[in-house]
Amino acid sequence: MTDQDTAVADVNGLDWDYSPAPERTRPEIASTYGLFIDGVFQPAQDERTFVTTNPATGARLARVAQAGAADVDLAMQAAKNAARPWARLSGRQRGKYLFRLARRIQECARELAVLETMDGGKPIKESRDVDLPLVAAHFFYHAGWADKLEWAFQGRPVKPHGVCGQIIPWNFPLLMAAWKLAPALACGNTVVLKPAETTPLTALHLAQLLQEIDLPPGVVNIVTGDGETGAAVAAHPALSKLAFTGSTEVGKALMRQTASRDIPLTLELGGKSPHIIFADAAMEQAIEGVVNGIWFNQGHVCCAGSRLLVEESILEPFVAALRDRMAQLRVGDPLDKNTDIGAINSREQLERIRTLVRLGQEEGAILHDVQTGPLPGKGWWFPPCFFTGVQPSHVVAREEIFGPVLSVMSFRTPEEAIRRANSTPYGLAAGIWTDKGSKIFDMAQRLEAGVVWCNTYNQFDPASPFGGVKESGFGREGGLHGLRAYVRGVDR
Amino acid sequence: MHHPVDAVMLSQRAASFTRRSLKADAKRTALRLAVSMVDLTTLEGADSPECARALCRRAIHPCPEPVTPAVPPVAAVCVYPRLVPVVREGLLGSAVKVASVSTAFPSGQSPLELRVQETAAAVAAGADEIDMVISRGAFLAGRLDDIRTEVMEVQDACQGAHLKIILETGELGTPDNIRRCADLVIDAATERGELRDGSVFVKTSTGKVSPAATMPSVLLLLESVRAHFRSTGLRLGVKPAGGIRKSKAALHLLVMVRETVGPDWLQPSLFRIGASSLLDDLVRQILWTSRGQYAAMHDVGVT
Repeated sequence: MTDQDTAVADVNGLDWDYSPAPERTRPEIASTYGLFIDGVFQPAQDERTFVTTNPATGARLARVAQAGAADVDLAMQAAKNAARPWARLSGRQRGKYLFRLARRIQECARELAVLETMDGGKPIKESRDVDLPLVAAHFFYHAGWADKLEWAFQGRPVKPHGVCGQIIPWNFPLLMAAWKLAPALACGNTVVLKPAETTPLTALHLAQLLQEIDLPPGVVNIVTGDGETGAAVAAHPALSKLAFTGSTEVGKALMRQTASRDIPLTLELGGKSPHIIFADAAMEQAIEGVVNGIWFNQGHVCCAGSRLLVEESILEPFVAALRDRMAQLRVGDPLDKNTDIGAINSREQLERIRTLVRLGQEEGAILHDVQTGPLPGKGWWFPPCFFTGVQPSHVVAREEIFGPVLSVMSFRTPEEAIRRANSTPYGLAAGIWTDKGSKIFDMAQRLEAGVVWCNTYNQFDPASPFGGVKESGFGREGGLHGLRAYVRGVDR
Repeated sequence: MHHPVDAVMLSQRAASFTRRSLKADAKRTALRLAVSMVDLTTLEGADSPECARALCRRAIHPCPEPVTPAVPPVAAVCVYPRLVPVVREGLLGSAVKVASVSTAFPSGQSPLELRVQETAAAVAAGADEIDMVISRGAFLAGRLDDIRTEVMEVQDACQGAHLKIILETGELGTPDNIRRCADLVIDAATERGELRDGSVFVKTSTGKVSPAATMPSVLLLLESVRAHFRSTGLRLGVKPAGGIRKSKAALHLLVMVRETVGPDWLQPSLFRIGASSLLDDLVRQILWTSRGQYAAMHDVGVT
């Protein structure tokens, strides 16, 4: 027992750090994946493929079929053939399929979360605790709507569009698939879904689940590929509705492409969302809100609170506290359960972030970056950082960086905050932090943004509509508003 | 200065610490660290000198069998003033501190002079540390000067003994109140300056009221202490107490300390956990890491 008396010296909290805590679940990843058309997986007709990699290691995960125009045509025909019987099915029957899918997703949640992390680079903590629960929630929510559409649109006949083309991005691959598929299917549409080139795997595993739940062939078709594939979907004559989430640039091109045709369009595009902190805000929580606003998912979030506007009287302590908090973020292996910031999704995106950050420095903004440890040698990484001394005309205050980079500015009055916040072509989201209720309502009304979060940020729920104004797009996803996009003759 | 708190985001942040995954060495170290921070407590009407002596023995030698690395002694033994002489004797020659609750614990409902006298008596009997309660009624009624006065007078009676100020967060009603109360007692206790790191603690609860040391309430205390450190450079201690029974809860607290005030606070001079049964579970977990199987309760909880 005597050795225990001297044991105090052996316990040193100063050096205490978390040991690696790798996620052990490993999903089965096939070496090649085909296109999911008419209920079966099939190679591209010209047998072209592309490689999808793990951005945290650079390692190849699988070969995936590259859909050409001929494949898209097959998928469209399958969706068209399936459209009538699917639309004629009772809402209750369609709801059953969606319920079944939601439950199956929950059963496979961990495998899908790991796969999402491996293919996209986001930390397992987020794919496990945010993405997958929301994916299941979206299917559950819309399963509930499927047999209640007459009450959603009272006094009007509820008719689906038919074949919907849906093109989704790489930042929340499976979640965006859920946002798109669930309302479309609930309303009786059939779908041709085009996942992003860098993150096709979870959508393809979702296709396996669709087979397992016996979804009728052709109701959902998944065509993987690049921008060409997406363009073929948008150009197809059988298309009766197009939904896109991604860059403003591509959104504009799609709008031009569909302009001459009677194709309803919903676009969820980029953003440069203002996050406004008043001096009377709950400061400790506001810091957390800012962290969540910009460093969630490496900043690969269309509604990221990337422009921070802080009331001048608290700017200095706020920036100091933010710096301290930023130093706590753990950057590294996305499969480690303690990782807060994972890998940048692709080499191209990393280059874009680097270029914009370099421009920011050249224009005179001051970069704050707390290096918490060496970044992994392989893969694509960018440490969390923020700029101070940012002028509204600086590139880093105007352009969407889509990375873990925050631009901090200040304001003195609510008027100035509004003016600065609205001074952008975008209008996706905004955040307000103040302890004063009347100020919240006043600001929320005057902010030009589709979503305004008050004393919180990046909160999502299937019942809450999401979408933008101005160049951030139009149409809503989620909630009753989100159903409108998938029902004919109902104004969006 | 008033620091408003947003309850929703506070809870969210507090919950985020419980999602850290502690494995291997991180867990082994944390379990021992937690042992070294325990204020091993018994505050029952039926407490006897004999059970206080048993507690002292456990405080010095928490683990019933030698393990590697060794298990440190706990930080302090915390009892009612009447048992202070027994504990003083039981801990003689060890580094474990003698802590005494005081000021008409747990309610604080007696005249201030008596509470001050009680404190002086506990210190005279050999207490190294005093755990005082504040008059929650006075705080809720807005008589903030009463709180200032009682903190300062009890502090005077401590004569250099370390002071832990119990807010009884479960009776304060809102996160705003908890933060305001923590700021208030810290301000009162540090007003006359000349304090060393860790000579004053803010403590969540008596353990007699539920809820006690919830994660959000401990986070509020840590944030208040951090704000004081940022403006003065003085490190005050934090002590969650009440309802912390399992190792997992203790490890969550350590994670919260590390990520809120930083690793400097990960030592018994700045962070304590007030508990009676927690030590049993910590020792069981430690034995599990060395034996590969759980020890029976009767193997560890010998008091």
